[in-house]
Amino acid sequence: MDKIIEIKNLSKSFGDKKVLEDINLYIRRGEFLTLLGPSGCGKTTLLRMIAGFLQPDEGSILMEGKELAGIPPHERPLNTVFQRYALFPHLDVYDNIAFGLKLKKVPEDEIEKRVRRVLKLVAMSDYEDRDVDTLSGGQQQRIAIARAIVNQPKVLLLDEPLAALDLKMRKDMQTELKEMHKKLGITFIYVTHDQEEALTLSDTIVVLNEGRIQQIGTPVDIYNEPVNSFVADFIGESNILNGTMIRDRRVAFMGHEFDCVDEGFGEDVPVDVVVRPEDIYFTTEESKTQFTAKVKSCTFKGVHYEMFVDTDTGNELMIQDYDAYPVDSTVRLYIDPDDIQVMKKERTCNTLYGTVKDEETVTLLGADFPLKSGFEAGTEVKVEVPFEAVDLLDNLDDGVLDGEVHFILYKGDHYHLTIKTDAGDFLWVDTNDIWDKGDLVGIRLIADKGIKISRKDG
Amino acid sequence: MGKFFARLYLWVLLILLYAPLVFIAVFSFTESKVLGSWEGFSTHLYRNLLTGQMQGNASLLAAVENTVLIALVAAAFSTLLGTVAAIGIHNLKGRKKKAVSFLNNIPMINPDIITGVSLFLLFVFLHISQGYVTVILAHITFCTPYVVLSVLPKLQQMNPNIYEAALDLGATPSQALWKVLVPELRPGMVSGFILAFTMSLDDFAVTFFTRGTIGLDTLSTYIYTDARKGGLTPELRPLMTLIFLVILILLVIINLRQDRLQKQNENR
Repeated sequence: MDKIIEIKNLSKSFGDKKVLEDINLYIRRGEFLTLLGPSGCGKTTLLRMIAGFLQPDEGSILMEGKELAGIPPHERPLNTVFQRYALFPHLDVYDNIAFGLKLKKVPEDEIEKRVRRVLKLVAMSDYEDRDVDTLSGGQQQRIAIARAIVNQPKVLLLDEPLAALDLKMRKDMQTELKEMHKKLGITFIYVTHDQEEALTLSDTIVVLNEGRIQQIGTPVDIYNEPVNSFVADFIGESNILNGTMIRDRRVAFMGHEFDCVDEGFGEDVPVDVVVRPEDIYFTTEESKTQFTAKVKSCTFKGVHYEMFVDTDTGNELMIQDYDAYPVDSTVRLYIDPDDIQVMKKERTCNTLYGTVKDEETVTLLGADFPLKSGFEAGTEVKVEVPFEAVDLLDNLDDGVLDGEVHFILYKGDHYHLTIKTDAGDFLWVDTNDIWDKGDLVGIRLIADKGIKISRKDG
Repeated sequence: MGKFFARLYLWVLLILLYAPLVFIAVFSFTESKVLGSWEGFSTHLYRNLLTGQMQGNASLLAAVENTVLIALVAAAFSTLLGTVAAIGIHNLKGRKKKAVSFLNNIPMINPDIITGVSLFLLFVFLHISQGYVTVILAHITFCTPYVVLSVLPKLQQMNPNIYEAALDLGATPSQALWKVLVPELRPGMVSGFILAFTMSLDDFAVTFFTRGTIGLDTLSTYIYTDARKGGLTPELRPLMTLIFLVILILLVIINLRQDRLQKQNENR
């Protein structure tokens, strides 16, 4: 296999904030690889390190087996298409594109030939003499791409190049980028937060979150077999539910048992279950029916209808189907074993480490929680806090610790929230209350909800 | 009625503001030695001024030369220093940026007389003999902040990626500076230069304290000395008129440039 870029154990922090942690990744020659993730996940930082605008704290980036560290951006054989085009306003279209070639002292007639060729490639042939300020966003984007590829880089880096365009233009440019990639045979590394764009364009997708790689795979793999609830939630629509793996090929969720195709989780193990909304089928036959539900809402979405239903066991599901079912009607539903994606739970409770302060108090995450531990003051303890034992309060003063709602996952009958404390620690909470991302909350622990305290090394 | 008074107020204000200038301009076209008495139209004073045949002190022309020379040198150096400083300030973050911008603004608010006296004391303390060099150094000191202020907005408007784009396309950092950054900042630098030039041109207090005792005169110190000797040299009248015209033209140019740049930005 021909790896053009290899990234090994790469880490980067800005101040105290870890932006990328232990990134390992290789990129094959000629492939279209997309770095996908929400804003702040570190994808642009990773791209900027490949381009050479940032230096890694740890780890290395190899290009064709050669270490890139220490090579300044202008000597790296790759070019970048920037987010907001970054064309040179004082130069016209021709001079913008010729900029790199002139620096390399390419003969004038060759420059002219190559500029003409790329202008044709991006369908902007008659625009040579135009001022870049007079071009539309889409046209500027084409010139930015032309300016990069005219240098015939080995790798082309694209930093959310279509983010500033309107929807229609974006779709057109996606198709063109894909064709350009095929025609040029250059390796593309593409950064985006738009999962649909990633699925459309890529050969390989790397899903990033919180500075870590969540999953690497083809678009089909990532869509059909997300490895965790974050990826499932981020890529496409999905129903994510708590379940229990009863044994191989048998899983329980929503109070029902289902056949599935997953094995090797063990018996009676808590898992996350993902079912895509288009994979829940309606039936009229009693023998096929796995569960029933009441239709709560039904919205036409162009090609399909999107329905929310309440199941007989009180879970909410999203279903997409070509047929509409009337609101308030009771429907029979089933799911194919193939379409049930079972994932190992990343965690089943919050595991925290702290010290006993006195009989009534334990210090955790830098705050004093009223918990009876039964250990002497000063003992270092491990505290296991179930998701439902964390209480979130509107009024910050009522909590022992302050935090912010960082990520929300709907699990059919409750919300699974990720809370980031002021000190940057994470807590996971199950709740029926509705919070919004970014809400500030007071945090309290409910002692009688199964919090387990043990000696740290015990 | 209210509108009439509002108009009237405006005109009275403008007349009061410009009356002295008009007064000098009008009396530059008569030969009288004493300002205020009209002895018939004549361009004699202009001719005297331009040929250098003064009735009074011939060092007036030397003072004009000094003024322009000092202003040009000071403006050039402050443009260079101010641009580099602006780039540095622009790349700072958060608190540091605020602190440095604040430090940049203080010399502009600081009364000239204090700047002048403190520079005088500094030069004495450092045993630097005062003359051309000290005046130019002093002028650079108070002009630079104005250049910083005219270049900073250009940096803020600039796409932050264009410097990196130049590097990415194979430019060395210094090539990126000259081929991309400087052309982008040029309008701000030109405005800064003109501003610095005019600031230097009309400075009195700072020059007075830093010119030393070698008999260096700029226009402002010349007039001051002249007035103290009793009576202004008549040729000052045409000279003032000409300077006023030059400044007026410079100001009009700055304003037109700003209008044009604004329109350009709106089109982006």
